[in-house]
Amino acid sequence: MRTEDAIAVKIDGLTKKFGDFVAVDSISLTVRKGEVFGFLGPNGAGKSTTIKMLCGLLTPTEGTGSVGGYDVRNEAEEIKKHIGYMSQRFSLYETLTAEENIDFFSGIYGVPSDKKSERKDWALRMAGLEDRKNALTGTLPGGFKQRVALGCAILHEPPIIFLDEPTSGVDPVSRRSFWDLIYRMSAEGVTVFVTTHYMDEADYCDRLALIYRGRLIAEGTPQQLKEEYMVKDVLEIEVDDVVGAMETLERRGIESVVFGSLLHVAVEKDPQGPAKLKEMLEQDGIPVNGIEQIPPSLEDVFVTLIEVS
Amino acid sequence: MGDKSEAIRTENLSRIFGTNTAVDRLNLTVEKGELFGLVGPDGAGKTTLLRLLTAILDPSSGNAWVGGRSILDEGEEIKEHIGYMSQRFGLYEDLTVMENILFYADLYDVPKKERPPRIERLLGFSNLTPFKDRRAGNLSGGMKQKLGLACTLVHTPEILFLDEPTNGVDPVSRRDFWRILYDLLREGITTIISTSYLDEAERCTRVALFDKGRLLLVEKPDAMRRSFPYPMLEIWCDDSRRAGEITKRLEGVKNVSVYGDRIHVSLDREERGDSVVTALRNESIRVLDQRAAMPSIEDIFISTIGQEQ
Repeated sequence: MRTEDAIAVKIDGLTKKFGDFVAVDSISLTVRKGEVFGFLGPNGAGKSTTIKMLCGLLTPTEGTGSVGGYDVRNEAEEIKKHIGYMSQRFSLYETLTAEENIDFFSGIYGVPSDKKSERKDWALRMAGLEDRKNALTGTLPGGFKQRVALGCAILHEPPIIFLDEPTSGVDPVSRRSFWDLIYRMSAEGVTVFVTTHYMDEADYCDRLALIYRGRLIAEGTPQQLKEEYMVKDVLEIEVDDVVGAMETLERRGIESVVFGSLLHVAVEKDPQGPAKLKEMLEQDGIPVNGIEQIPPSLEDVFVTLIEVS
Repeated sequence: MGDKSEAIRTENLSRIFGTNTAVDRLNLTVEKGELFGLVGPDGAGKTTLLRLLTAILDPSSGNAWVGGRSILDEGEEIKEHIGYMSQRFGLYEDLTVMENILFYADLYDVPKKERPPRIERLLGFSNLTPFKDRRAGNLSGGMKQKLGLACTLVHTPEILFLDEPTNGVDPVSRRDFWRILYDLLREGITTIISTSYLDEAERCTRVALFDKGRLLLVEKPDAMRRSFPYPMLEIWCDDSRRAGEITKRLEGVKNVSVYGDRIHVSLDREERGDSVVTALRNESIRVLDQRAAMPSIEDIFISTIGQEQ
């Protein structure tokens, strides 16, 4: 990185228009070195467009940005050398083996020849593919492909990495081991900028930004988002027939979400809320075993913020 | 062949690719009107199973009946009576929403007279009516999935097969998608859905936990949770990932999974809960709340699959 200061990414008023469509609308934010920064938002909110601008793949229409001290407009080529980028589509060559993919990306990123074999061994070990390195990438299960793609994106040991939905479609056990990798990198000082639709993963980030329709609508630590941005109360309901209760609430225009054997609903803040809801359900013939107000999850915050925006 | 109430029945169904047994002598029955969830780690054989049942792939041995028709010699009839949305469902990005639906209506020979009301309904329940003239390529990820579903339903299939339809779909759109699945359930359509989001498995009428081509468990979600052998403690705390690591090393702890700001700890005896909380506090973890909890399907998945890996 060019500078020794503590900032990895800084953008100010960053905007991208495609014709009349404003994909990213004047976003400003700062990411510190070594942070795991979560970038959240619904599909089509502008997350990938923002990441592409930060990686030097798209030129902003307006605003400024710097990544690792390099300007996103004028120093895009320098940025590309100093970052790792893993896109949603795990851009691997499916007809090459895992090992061949690693060799290919090693060449692209200019990994010095004396380090190539060490980095390759590292990537294969990290992906758990030491004994399947000759399998065609297209035949590997999603969790393995994802780890090969991550390995390829960071062969050149970049100080900043951008991960665009790296765990999409990956099973819960593999997702957890992937986050162990993210944490290990962050502990070594690598800055991780990550998007995800799994809200439990959002909780593992140091800081979060939520964007919607191209605009930044919330920013802070997971705790701050839950405390400062949550405009509703979350009630947790214990019933025997979760699906029946869900349908009953839906007929009343109340949306609920299943969490294990429990239901969560977001309601207007009201100290009498739990009692009222219990009465309503029981009137509709749904016995309620328990109901209480609980701290909101990030999914509650996400859904509520999108609905009120 | 078979019982009239059965949507699917398999008998020793197997598929072998070289040395890899993707589906291993599977015996499974799905009743009509079920919303049947298929979960398992990446590479478990879920997609292969769906491709066998949709008569796209021939079995190596065994047989299966879908809607009473054998996949061995009635594959073409099966295809007329089912809908299948694969992970790479083919939408034409340069055609509009309406044109895509009409294309599939042609493909399935939907009579011209029946098209207008049916298409109007499909657009209505997928909330795509306002976007019917938009090109598929310009839809967000969540809307594309809904369009894929609408196309899959254009010939009013009796049985619907969905292969990880909500991968990469944001939490708000996922709720929309599931609302549609419930509508279909009410209409009596049988749905088989694979997913890597285990909160979705909680909403199915029955769930199969599938690994290495075999069924480990097939149960109603509720029965699956009740069969979990250990008492479970849910702890809300800060630094949940570190808390998870600490807890794993404690005596009497059977399994730990971290969910955002909470950890689920299964214990050999319920009385151990206090010592877990004390141990966390001794490591200066701030414990915000604790309680006995029912395990989620994700807990069961992690304790069953995670230990094998």
